[in-house]
This record gives sequence, structure tokens and C-alpha cells, in this order.
Amino acid sequence: MSSSAISRDDVAHLASLARIDLSDDELDRLGAELPAILEHVKVVQQVAGDDVPPMSHPIPVANVFRADVPRPGLTPDEALAGAPASEEQRFLVPQILGEE
Amino acid sequence: MSIDVTTATAAALAEALADGTTTSTEVTQSYLDRIAGADDQLNAFLHVDAEGALATARAVDARREAGEQLATLAGVPIAVKDLIVTTGQPTTAGSKMLEGWVPPYDATVVTRLREAGLPILGKTNLDEFAMGSSNEHSAYGSARNPWDTTRIPGGSSGGSAAAVAAYEAPLALGTDTGGSIRQPAAMTGIVGVKPTYGGVSRHGVIAMASSLDQVGPMARTVLDAALVHELVAGHDPLDSTSIERPVPAVVEAARRGDVAGLRIGVVRELGGEGFQPGVRAAFDRSVELLVKAGAEVVEVSCPHFSHGIAAYYLVMPSEVSSNLARFDAMRYGLRVMPHDGASAEQVMAASRDAGFGDEVKRRIVLGTYALSSGYYDAYYGSAQKVRTLIARDFEAAFEQVDVLVSPTAPTTAWKLGAKSDDPLSMYLEDVATIPANLAGVPGLSLPVGLADDSGLPVGVQFLAPAMADDRLYNAAAALERLVDMPRLEEIK
Repeated sequence: MSSSAISRDDVAHLASLARIDLSDDELDRLGAELPAILEHVKVVQQVAGDDVPPMSHPIPVANVFRADVPRPGLTPDEALAGAPASEEQRFLVPQILGEE
Repeated sequence: MSIDVTTATAAALAEALADGTTTSTEVTQSYLDRIAGADDQLNAFLHVDAEGALATARAVDARREAGEQLATLAGVPIAVKDLIVTTGQPTTAGSKMLEGWVPPYDATVVTRLREAGLPILGKTNLDEFAMGSSNEHSAYGSARNPWDTTRIPGGSSGGSAAAVAAYEAPLALGTDTGGSIRQPAAMTGIVGVKPTYGGVSRHGVIAMASSLDQVGPMARTVLDAALVHELVAGHDPLDSTSIERPVPAVVEAARRGDVAGLRIGVVRELGGEGFQPGVRAAFDRSVELLVKAGAEVVEVSCPHFSHGIAAYYLVMPSEVSSNLARFDAMRYGLRVMPHDGASAEQVMAASRDAGFGDEVKRRIVLGTYALSSGYYDAYYGSAQKVRTLIARDFEAAFEQVDVLVSPTAPTTAWKLGAKSDDPLSMYLEDVATIPANLAGVPGLSLPVGLADDSGLPVGVQFLAPAMADDRLYNAAAALERLVDMPRLEEIK
């Protein structure tokens, strides 16, 4: 697997997975930039042996729970204040399911 | 006794307020006047809240008049990076995605500012969602460097840095994911601190890379930064990564500033090739001053730091691609209808294309790739292992020395546009700051003078073990007294 083999079609697929409707110009540009960036970062594959554990978090903390006591939350009006559209105290969204 | 309000340190302002030499209303108004006069050139603020700041100032003045015991910084104004959510003022994250959005709650750090009575002057400019080292990725135009307005102020907290450097605010909050507080502080000749990961609450800070992001102070002196640090730090039950331990004694350390007998390590891998000669010379002079002040300086090697950028530019975009999935055009933020009857998914994709800028898209796509099935182990997994090795380098180094030092950035501030077409060259600017974020340790950038070659500010970075943030303030305060850092008198 060569990281620099990422193609324009790969970029288009990644963008669709990320739900970004990139223009043709953007696909061209990212198709050129990403291989250069990946070429630089792929060095990580040669640095650490199998015995090195991965680190997801710098300061380990475990089982973090706050006390289970009710506290005031947002009112419906506050929660909906930034909504692009709302109706009857609900977020109004475009059609999610097909029509048939 | 009179005081020049806009050039005074925050510590001096706090004293003048406490002894009645001036009022918060006067101080706040002076800063608002300064912003009105200078920000056309600097574009440091995305939003100025004159009304809110003055209301806080008047309330603090009234409480002080009534004899109430107030917080140390009560009445001293502050600017807040526009990545940190605030009620009553818009929070844009420097993105068209959130243009005009007014959050329904305050970040914990903002709550702490309000409780202590600091007037919030406004929200400062940044690279979109904190992604960038120059401020040029702001959707609202770049902030400018007050030392030379044709140059970048650094990023991503460039607006906060420019505002503090240009006396538009005595204090500011920034955020630092790979150097976004320390690098702009270095570029603009101010002090900037990334606290220990988990030392300051991230609740209400729009997430870029959750395992790396940290809020911290930006100020004109080490003591001023410590006063803000002490105010905003400490455990927060609303942030599951918040450390439940006492805040390091940063203010006491900043007042002490004694390096006699302190063991200081110069990081071999963070200097030399790729670092501008004027930056290296200023750094070397600082090391000599520390030696003269009684520090024991040795060279230490952190061999894996050279792979920090590679690991960072996999870990960070992976977290970015996940965190920014929340901007889906459904509950808040920009919604674009590509055509009548468009589905939610089509609206989402069109909105994210219209709302995000180039750098954000680049990182989301890169992160999506690094996390893809079949590539995950090779990229994200390998980067996480390098992260372990970098943390181990720090552990080994801190067995030999108390603090580490390096230049904060390889260069002084570059011309606007000089690196815009080459994302990779911009990424390489983060070489010295990234290791601290990957390992979670604290870092501080101190202005140490102007580079001989460019005539622009140079920063020296101090690094310390996790939860030993006080060591940064102690060492930096000692060097601060010895360096020849000129004042910025006029915006050129």
C-alpha cells in the first residue's frame, strides 16, 4: 500500500463519506495536495515497533462520572434559537426518507 | 498617582483598581477607544461588545464602592478567542458555518471570567475552527501583526495575540492544539501559555482535536498570564478530561522568577537546521542569560520529536473529521438548500461545502482517509504509537532536567500570503510546539527580543512536566527580567 497512490476518485469518495459536496476545482486541488501531505506523514509507519502501545489520550483518566443530580438544561426556545428552521418546538429538517 | 491605562500591565491595573486610582469603567472605556482606533488596521476582533463590557465594568465599580471583596482581576478587561462560546455575543469560530450564531450557554472559562468580574471586550479573530498558523484561514479576513501589518500575527489565536500586543486588551484567552497560543505569542512579542492538558476546562470550547486542545492565557507579562491562568484553571465536572487536582501555584512562581540551581535542558532536535539565523541567535542569547542567572544548562536529546509533525498531522485531522461532523446544517449553523426538495443528506453536503473553508475541508478529508478501514492501523494507529514515543522522550528528559527550552517557532512572522499556497510548508512551522500537545505537557512562550535579521519578535519556549506549570512561570519570569524586549510604541 503506497500512501501517495491516493487518486482524485479517492478524494471524491472521501469527501462523500465526510458529506462535503466538493466542486471539481476543489477535488483537483485536494487530489494534488493530499498525496504530498501523506508522503510526509507516512514516516510514522517506520518509527514505532509492535511493542509500543498506542496513546489516544495524554493524561489517562478513567471512569469519570459526575454526580447523577438533575440540573437545569436549555429551554426549548434556547435550544431552538440557532436552528435553521423549527416548528412546534422541534428542529425542522429536510426530507430524510425516500418518497415512496 | 496616575496610570497609563492601556499600556499598564494587568497586575498594575488590578492594583490601581483596588486602591481607587482608576475605575473599571475608565479602563474598559480606554480599551474600547483603543480598539475603535486601531482595529481597522489589525482586524483582531470579530465582535466588540462595548455595551456588555461597560455593564460589567460599572457593576464591578459599584461592588467595589460598596466595599465588597473582589477577585484580583475584577474590573480588568479581557478579550476572548472566538472559538470559546459566549452568551450574548456571537461565536463564529472564524467560520461562515457559524456566522451570526449566538450560543445558548457560556464556556466554563467564560463563566469564571464573569464570576470574577472581568469585562469581556469582545471576540477575537482566528483561523477557521483554529486550523492554521497564520490567521489567513479566517473566513473574516486575517488579523494583522501590529509590529508590521503586512505580516501574519501567527495562528490560530492570532486575533488574541494582535489585540494584546497592540494594547487593544491587557489580557486574552486563546486555545492551543499544536501551538496556537505559543506561536502567535512569539510572532507578536507577548507571553502565551498552553497549560497542562486537562488543567483548564474545555467545556464550551468548540472542539478541534479533543485530545490536544487546551485553553490558556495570553498577556504582556509572565505575571499577567499567571493571574489569568490561576483564574480559569481547575477541575470542572462538565469536562470529563479535566484533572481533579489543585492548580499549580503559577502566580507565586511568576513572582519568584529564580533559576539559581534550576536544571534547564536545551532540546537538540528543536533548533539548528530549518531555524532562521536571527531566531537562533536570540535563543542562544537567552540561554546565556539563564546561565548567568545561575541555571545549569545542558543539552538533551528527544529523538522522536522530529516525527511530531507527522504524528500530529494524522492524529489531529482524524479527530477533526470526527468533531466537525456535528456541523450538519440541522440544529444550528448554516443551511444551504441546493435545490427544491433536496434530502437532508444533500443539504448537509451542500452546507458543509459552502460553510467550510479550504483548510478545514483539507483536514476533514485527510482525517477521513486516516481513519478509513484498511488505512486505520497504518496511519492513525502508527501515529498514536509515535505519540507514546514522544511522551517517553519527555519523561526521559525530565529525569535529567526541570524544564526544557527551545525557540517557540523556526521563523519570525512572515508576509501575509507567503505560505498560503503550500499547506505543508505552513505545517512545518509547528515543529517546536507540537510535542507538548501530543504529550499533554505545558508550554510557555516568552518574548526575548527582536531578531537581528528581520527586526521582528522572537519567542523562547519553556516546557515542563504535566501539572508542573509553575516551573514554566518561574523560569520565564527569571528570563523576562534579563531580556531586552522593546515595547511596541506605534503600529507601523
